[in-house]
Amino acid sequence: MSLALQEQAPSFALPGVDGHEHTLDSYADADALVLIQSCNHCPYVQAWEGRMKAIQRDYADRGVRVVALNSNDRVRSPDDSFEEMVARAEHEGFNFDYLYDRDQSIARALGAERTPEVFVFDRDRRLVYHGAIDDNRDDRQVGRHYLRDTLDALLGGAASPIAETPAVGCTVKWRQ
Amino acid sequence: MTERIELLYWDGCPSHPEALALLRSVVDERGLGLEVELREVHSDEEAESLRFPGSPTIRVDGRDVDPAGADGRPSLSCRIYHLEDGRVSPVPSRKQLEDALQ
Repeated sequence: MSLALQEQAPSFALPGVDGHEHTLDSYADADALVLIQSCNHCPYVQAWEGRMKAIQRDYADRGVRVVALNSNDRVRSPDDSFEEMVARAEHEGFNFDYLYDRDQSIARALGAERTPEVFVFDRDRRLVYHGAIDDNRDDRQVGRHYLRDTLDALLGGAASPIAETPAVGCTVKWRQ
Repeated sequence: MTERIELLYWDGCPSHPEALALLRSVVDERGLGLEVELREVHSDEEAESLRFPGSPTIRVDGRDVDPAGADGRPSLSCRIYHLEDGRVSPVPSRKQLEDALQ
C-alpha cells in the first residue's frame, strides 16, 4: 500500500554515494522534496535518468531537491550494490543525491513498487504527487510532464494539477 | 530461411507487450507467415536453465536478436537494449529485429 496523499514523508537516515549520511532533515530548507525510487540496473530508470538530472538542474534555484533512493536487494540484483551505485553516479554525473536504502525500510514506508516511481512532498513534507515522471519513457514522445507540472504548481502556491499516475518501470527487488 | 521466432518474457517487467507488438509488426511486414512463440519465465531456476538474461528476450532460430546482451547474467529482470542512437530502451529497436529476421 503506497503512502496516501497528504501523508507525511517517512523519516530516514541513509548513506549517500557522496560518502555522507542523509536524513529527512538534511533537506529541511527545500520548498519541495522529490523522492524517486530508483536503481542502477533498470532500463526504464536509465531512460528517465537524463530527465531526472534536467529537473534537478532546472528547479535547483527554486528550492527543489531531487533525491533518488535505491532499495533493491543486492543479492537478487548485484548491479544495485552500494559500490555500483557510487560508480554509476560518478559515471553519469548525477546532480542529485543517490541514497542506499539497504534494509528496504524507506521503500516499504513509501509503498514503492516500481523504478522509477516519484513521491513529491510539499514544504510541510506532505505527499502531493505520486507516480511517473512524465507519460513516456521515450523522451521524444513525452506529452505530459507530470513532475514538472506538479513542481510548477507547488512553487506557485497552487494545488498539483494531477495527484497520482501509474508508475511504469521495473519492480523493486525485495529481499527474499 | 527463418523457421522459429521465440519471445521469452517475465511478467514482472512491463515491456513484453510492446516488444511483441513490434516483433509481430516486423514479422508481418516481411511476410514470414510465422507465429511468435511466447514463453513465460517464472523463476530464477528457469531463467538459469533458459539462459534468460532479462525480459524480453527474442530469439530467431535460437539466435538472440541482440547478441551483445545475450550472455548477461540470467535473472528475472527487465533487459536493457542499447539503441542505434545511443539511448537505452527496455525493448529492442525495430532495426535490431529487422536485421535478425533478414
